[in-house]
Amino acid sequence: MATAEKYVGGGVPRKEDPKLLTGQGQFLEGLTLPGMLHAALVRSPHGSARINSVDVSAAAAAEGVVAALSGADLADEWAAGLPMAWPVTDDIRIPDHWPVAQDVVRYVGDAVAVVVATSRNAALDAAELVEVDYEVLEAVVDVEAALADGAPRVHESFDDNKSYTWALTNGDVDAAFAKADVVVAERYTQPRLIPNAMEPRAVVAQSVPSTGDFTVWSTTQIPHVAKVLFALTLGIPEGQIRVIAPPDVGGGFGSKLNVYAEEALCIALARRLGKPVKWVAGRSEGYLATIHGRDQVQEIEIAATSDGKILGYRVHILAAMGAYLQLVAPGVPLLGAFLYCGCYGGEAYHFECTGVFTNTTPTDAYRGAGRPEATYAIERVIDALAREVGVDAAEIRRRNFLPAGDMVQSPGGLAFDSADYEPALDRALELLDYDGFRSDQAERRAGGGRRQTGVGFSSYVEICGLAPSQVLASLKYGAGGWDAATVRMLPTGKAEVVTGSSPHGQGHVTSWSQIAADALGIPYEDVTVLHGDTHVAPHGMNTYGSRSLAVAGVAVHNACGRVVDKARGLAAHLLEVAPEDLEYEAGTFSVKGVPDRTKSMPELAFAAWTAHSLPEDSEPGLEASCVYDPPNFTFPFGTHVAVVEVDTETGAVDLVRYIAVDDCGPVINPVIVDGQVHGGVAQGIAAALYEEATYAEDGTLETASMVNYLVPSAAEFPSFETDRTVTPSTSNPMGVKGIGEAGTIGSAPAVINAIVDALSHLGVTDVPMPASPERVWRAIRAAQGGEE
Amino acid sequence: MIPASFDYERASSLDEALSLLAQGGEDARPLAGGHSLLPLMRLRLARPSLLVDIGGLEELRGVRSDGDSVVIGALTTHHEVAGASELTGGSGLLATVAEGIGDPQVRHRGTLGGSVAHADPASDLPAALLALDAEVTLAGRDGERSVAAADFFVGPFMSAAADGEIVTGVRVPKREGWGSAYRKFQRRAQDWAIVGVAAVVNWTEDGIAGAVIGLTNMGGTPLRAPGVEAALAGASEKAQILAAASKVSELETPPADENASSEYRLHLAQVLIARAVAEAAGCPGMQRD
Repeated sequence: MATAEKYVGGGVPRKEDPKLLTGQGQFLEGLTLPGMLHAALVRSPHGSARINSVDVSAAAAAEGVVAALSGADLADEWAAGLPMAWPVTDDIRIPDHWPVAQDVVRYVGDAVAVVVATSRNAALDAAELVEVDYEVLEAVVDVEAALADGAPRVHESFDDNKSYTWALTNGDVDAAFAKADVVVAERYTQPRLIPNAMEPRAVVAQSVPSTGDFTVWSTTQIPHVAKVLFALTLGIPEGQIRVIAPPDVGGGFGSKLNVYAEEALCIALARRLGKPVKWVAGRSEGYLATIHGRDQVQEIEIAATSDGKILGYRVHILAAMGAYLQLVAPGVPLLGAFLYCGCYGGEAYHFECTGVFTNTTPTDAYRGAGRPEATYAIERVIDALAREVGVDAAEIRRRNFLPAGDMVQSPGGLAFDSADYEPALDRALELLDYDGFRSDQAERRAGGGRRQTGVGFSSYVEICGLAPSQVLASLKYGAGGWDAATVRMLPTGKAEVVTGSSPHGQGHVTSWSQIAADALGIPYEDVTVLHGDTHVAPHGMNTYGSRSLAVAGVAVHNACGRVVDKARGLAAHLLEVAPEDLEYEAGTFSVKGVPDRTKSMPELAFAAWTAHSLPEDSEPGLEASCVYDPPNFTFPFGTHVAVVEVDTETGAVDLVRYIAVDDCGPVINPVIVDGQVHGGVAQGIAAALYEEATYAEDGTLETASMVNYLVPSAAEFPSFETDRTVTPSTSNPMGVKGIGEAGTIGSAPAVINAIVDALSHLGVTDVPMPASPERVWRAIRAAQGGEE
Repeated sequence: MIPASFDYERASSLDEALSLLAQGGEDARPLAGGHSLLPLMRLRLARPSLLVDIGGLEELRGVRSDGDSVVIGALTTHHEVAGASELTGGSGLLATVAEGIGDPQVRHRGTLGGSVAHADPASDLPAALLALDAEVTLAGRDGERSVAAADFFVGPFMSAAADGEIVTGVRVPKREGWGSAYRKFQRRAQDWAIVGVAAVVNWTEDGIAGAVIGLTNMGGTPLRAPGVEAALAGASEKAQILAAASKVSELETPPADENASSEYRLHLAQVLIARAVAEAAGCPGMQRD
């Protein structure tokens, strides 16, 4: 398929934006169906408690209320508990997880009853009338406390709070450490984070009692996966469920990559009551009832030579699962398990992770999922090594980079598709003016003023393009990693692309249009992209883990190629030449040597539709499908640089520059890539400086609203400086890799490394995330011999 | 995130507002810009039975100069206060403070009177009013009265306003010739202050002839720092200001919350007092940053 690329690589405006910017977005909150009822949940205010009784009588009698039901009342609705699809070990402990708790509540926010009424207000008012008699039990909210002897057990049926331990060893780790000149051991905590999509979750379920059919609209990233799991949870034949992610889903970041209690509940209520049932989360309700991210304790040790060459890695982490196992929660640490060596070499590697139950909102995949945690650990500890052996922070990275090349073996055990790490570091240093920065820093230090400056690096590599299905099998993941596309020429010469990805802000409609328009030689305005409805797009594995372009986008590319192949046969037939006598460029077939004998794609589309004259063995219509299962992951990489000023009197950190040099392979749309980098970087900086969900000992979420869960705004960020190197992936024919999470993965360690660098002359070697002013102030004070 | 149900009346005069509040009893509340009350109602932490909307009472809006004072109506928005040319001398502090409240949307809806009536110890305006020796004017069914800012704020979210009374405005001495500054320390631009320091300073050739310090979020009410103020008298050098600022430790231990321990809050107050005083003094030799 030789085509001139007209749209791919160009910054065409996003097709999605005009409607979003002019208030014409179609979000689920706006969906109203005739006779629709509204659900409100009653949630546990206790971290751990036994339910003695639930009295719904007052709520049931309230005005507008149609039903008020406890967990026990609903017990018969479930064919299975809420699904968990990634049992990472054979002996993993998987607790029952009912959409509405039946006997014990295990976190603040665990549902205990539901009220259904004719309006949302009536449902919310009546929910306050449900009386629950609790026997409050002791809670445990911290992973280390949860593993201590005698800790309260989150699930009485298990002997302790351990869910699983998963380990990986490559090479002789003890030997690597035995011959090392230097061993650096560090301990880091990954604060618990609360995903903040602009649109809170919502669901509408509708049943047709006479046929047993269900339609479920949900703010989900995974309509196709959810369809399968709804069928299993509710005991409904899969063919009778249609799942629709609305045309616009307002952000996910992993928080909508799940099957939630409220989705199952609305379907059950629609079945029970024979009317559509809607639930919309409030923002603070979402803080309790939507998955959280991170919450890990990491211990990392690296062994190195005296000149800073890393020989081996040892990593132990404790990962909070929360009170239950959500859809892929046990596997989240595994997405980082291979990356605690970053883009560096070495002889041996050991990783071990224990998943731990605590009386907290369940965790699961949040932007980056496992990779930000791993990248943070290696990018912090390599700075510690640099200080230990007296090597510059940029130089220590250069010394340890894996060699450039294809399929480069990493100590973690993966083969990186296309490694070339130095150019990104070089470009970042150039943009920074590293020498200029260091002389400014030296001047400030000599001046002794209160505002000191520091620079931090993060040279990351990450994993996208999830995933080769066979590799997923080896990790015990409960689904495949392929994705699907159908490309169809319409009789009027336009094209329809049906994709298995399910965009919720990524701009797939634009990017897929660019890919198809170039391949088919038609204007990108003439491409329509259909997605997110299981009746329209029958196959899909959906959108998460920066997989859409490298899997679903490649499926679109391949399907276009098949359409062009079929069109070639038709063109040859109509032009009365052999197919190999045709040249194809920009949507037009021409006879070699006779350039005025041509057939264009729109002409062929019409001919295929009328089917008046087709080649032998050819069917009417001009369309093709592709289900693409990638042969390998993709491994985007880059170097990020943060420059901070720290007020040493107050501990306040001012981020003054942020430079991101990313390599995501060839770029389809630079505007979209920059947007993903900006948003991702903002989320990583948020983790480094602002956001942290905290629990009181009794399991109360202390940061239960945006007043004290500190989501930063544009005012907190400098203008980001972005640039790219382009090293095509060898994992797919387009060479593309993915960019949805790289910003989040690369940024947090760069920021913390910069703070430590700014204060290193005062003796500071660590500041925990998020680096609040008080924490920075205490770190300075402790380094100078005061109390921490 | 949806308030419990309530009744709503829109008043067309102050008298009508006062009589509606009286009829509504103790659970009736006046509504101005809604930027303190409505968030509490949405969390169902406040459940007024009746809201009396006073937003249309033009007589409560505006800034005017009255001799040595400036009179500001309760319904004047933060945005309007920030731009008020009548706020000269030390009273310019109010404009500085108003300019830094929340974000532009908040400043265009939120009102001076609402902020004062809400008496949030983390709000900026109360400390500024305290530092300026302002008076708060109140209207009730028995007529108008004035209460000194020092007497108005009696506890967290508690003021000297009686049930059924409406804050109608404030009267602020201009303090011509004095300088002012407000140093607010927060995590994010739109946050409430972890600590805020208002300084109003009379700088002369001989150094500081008078200084008043108002503190935000260092206690259950806005606070003055009398020890600091006394120690600042006559100060003319940085070292003296620093020494004076350390007297803030004579106050009662400040509160601890998720943003700051008591110890850190006290440290911040000390740092910010020195910076605010230096800025308010406006003397190049005193500037610290």
